[in-house]
Amino acid sequence: MTTIERPPPRVRFDDAQIEMSHGAGGKASRRLVEGLIAPLFANAVLAKLSDAAALSLGGAAYATTADSFVVKPLRFPGGSIGELAVNGTVNDLAVSGARAEALMAAFILEAGLPTTTLRAEVEAMAEAASRAGVAIVGGDTKVVEHGACDGMYVTTFGVGKIDGRLTLDPRSVRTGDRVLLSGPIGDHGITILLARGELDLEADLSSDTRSVWPYVSALLDTCADSVRWMRDPTRGGVATSLNELARDSGLGIVLYEEAVPLRREVRGACEILGLDPLHIANEGQFLAIVAERDADRALAAVRAVAGGEGATLIGEVRAEPARQVLGISAYGGTRVIDMLVGDPLPRIC
Amino acid sequence: MKYVDEFRDPELIARAAQEIARTAEPSRHYRIMEVCGGHTHAIYRHGLRDVLPENIELVHGPGCPVCVLPTGRVDDGLAIAQHPGAILTCFGDMLRVPGTKGTPLELKARGADIRMVYSPLDALRLAVDNPKRHVCFFAIGFETTAPSTALTLLRAQELGLRNFSVFCNHVTIVPAMRAILDSPGMRIDGFVGPGHVSSITGCRPYEFVARDYGKPVAVAGFEPLDILEAIIMVLRQLRAGEAKVENQYRRIVPWEGNPVALRAMARVFELRPYFEWRGLGFISQSALKLNASFAQWDAEVQFELPGIRVTDPKAAQCGEVLKGVLKPHQCKLFAKECNPEHPIGALMVSSEGACAAYYRYAHRGDPVSA
Repeated sequence: MTTIERPPPRVRFDDAQIEMSHGAGGKASRRLVEGLIAPLFANAVLAKLSDAAALSLGGAAYATTADSFVVKPLRFPGGSIGELAVNGTVNDLAVSGARAEALMAAFILEAGLPTTTLRAEVEAMAEAASRAGVAIVGGDTKVVEHGACDGMYVTTFGVGKIDGRLTLDPRSVRTGDRVLLSGPIGDHGITILLARGELDLEADLSSDTRSVWPYVSALLDTCADSVRWMRDPTRGGVATSLNELARDSGLGIVLYEEAVPLRREVRGACEILGLDPLHIANEGQFLAIVAERDADRALAAVRAVAGGEGATLIGEVRAEPARQVLGISAYGGTRVIDMLVGDPLPRIC
Repeated sequence: MKYVDEFRDPELIARAAQEIARTAEPSRHYRIMEVCGGHTHAIYRHGLRDVLPENIELVHGPGCPVCVLPTGRVDDGLAIAQHPGAILTCFGDMLRVPGTKGTPLELKARGADIRMVYSPLDALRLAVDNPKRHVCFFAIGFETTAPSTALTLLRAQELGLRNFSVFCNHVTIVPAMRAILDSPGMRIDGFVGPGHVSSITGCRPYEFVARDYGKPVAVAGFEPLDILEAIIMVLRQLRAGEAKVENQYRRIVPWEGNPVALRAMARVFELRPYFEWRGLGFISQSALKLNASFAQWDAEVQFELPGIRVTDPKAAQCGEVLKGVLKPHQCKLFAKECNPEHPIGALMVSSEGACAAYYRYAHRGDPVSA
């Protein structure tokens, strides 16, 4: 067996304990992963910290990813934990330019979980996998004492072959590139918030959980060489994903605030609760940075796929303000759009 | 969206901005204080400084309930959370406010039962649903939130609920405005008056500002056009050499206030002789406590609280920022030791805090590395 040389790790994480915000997908999550986990695992593949790890196997490039799901409640309008677990991993692969070819699933189940609940979730996973054209080929099952987890947690692992026409790298992003968003934001996060029933708010809203591969695939068939970067803006929302891009590319991202597609219900809930929709999680949308010359063709391609009609160009890449995301309103007011700080909606996926 | 879109209409905003530029005398520098943290947030959130001429300076006032709460009171609240069987409930803003031994969130991560609620009635419901636990509501806020606390206590009384209490930290805005007007070296030309507070109190309580201090007040709503219109009202008064209270937020604020809410408050609360405000010190008759007939729901009566006064970290200049003497970025700790993830002062915590608003929406310096 060969041992890999291990350079002395440089851990930079001072928080004394783990808090919910470390799992919220914003700044604290990023500090935990970059400051503690990545330095200890230190390797070149992980250092990229993208949605999926790119591995070269037998001359071909593969994307691999794992994602855990702890959403509460287990079922909500538009989906459930099982469906999320399949779509979440399929989407992490999709925004890495790979169609999911196989998934694995690991379950942590609580003693006392009704079999009907488990069966419903396994069926939801089977259906979502079949819709995404992928098989679930393996996994694991563990049971913990009653009260040790909220019913069930699911972890999925996925692998897919990366489309050879594509090179995704934040450093390839150029000023003038456009920001493409696949559809209205915030549906998932707000749906979960309302489904918890802790607020006296109701809205006709459902989670946007779906595979984004059909849209990504259409985009790649149209202009793969103009696509520079993709992300699915889950926890932490569009604002957090774009801040990561701004940081990793060294460039500024400018958003036209009025262009960001938003359902009336999500906008209303966010206004009432003081939340920024740009920080709310999505489970069926993706962001792409596309070269200016192909931006309109890219948009048309995504819109031509059923369910992609809401796609919009929401912003552009500029040299300034470097490493920041700036929102511009229709009347010329500007604001810095920061990453999510803290934890507005815990356990949404 | 109704009541939102028409107040963010780009054309109307451009016209209001032109009117402000026309009304302001070019040779004069104006300092207008927005009293309320909700306004501070809206000003930064909507980038309103970008549409105002340079000689109009907006000065951020003390109207952020989380920001003015002194550390000692946070410690007292957290002491309640450590009683066996207690559930401490509070608004989301409170969760990240540092006490001496950490924030409510840190305490929660260590096992204390601290829960966020959107309304004190949610806390009451929690008490009804958990008869074996004691549920305490950490009440903060100006007259905006005090009526809902009052109604909740009246409901608790009706139900004869024994496992519920309120840790009352409600404050009133008028004494704080007076303290600012009296503070030496404070030059304010006029006020954008609080909107939601005034929906309860009405506009009369601000008449002393115009009468005794000769400063214009325009009570305003929270949308971009509301704030711009209130600024126009203040500028017009200054230009005409007038000082009066005007009501820009007529769609919400009745001149005489909300008599039902005021009656509920009068039944439940009484004025404290004095109360400590962060940055402003002790201000007489500036806060509310439960009156004697609600003693059995008063956490300050039911629990033994440390009640220790804690001074702010020396380097933090929260007081100067709260009084409008310093801008957030002029504080020595701003964006360095003190940032939204690790706030040292409460102004960096609440979305209504001037420092958090400035940091989130206007700070163009080097982003703090994630």
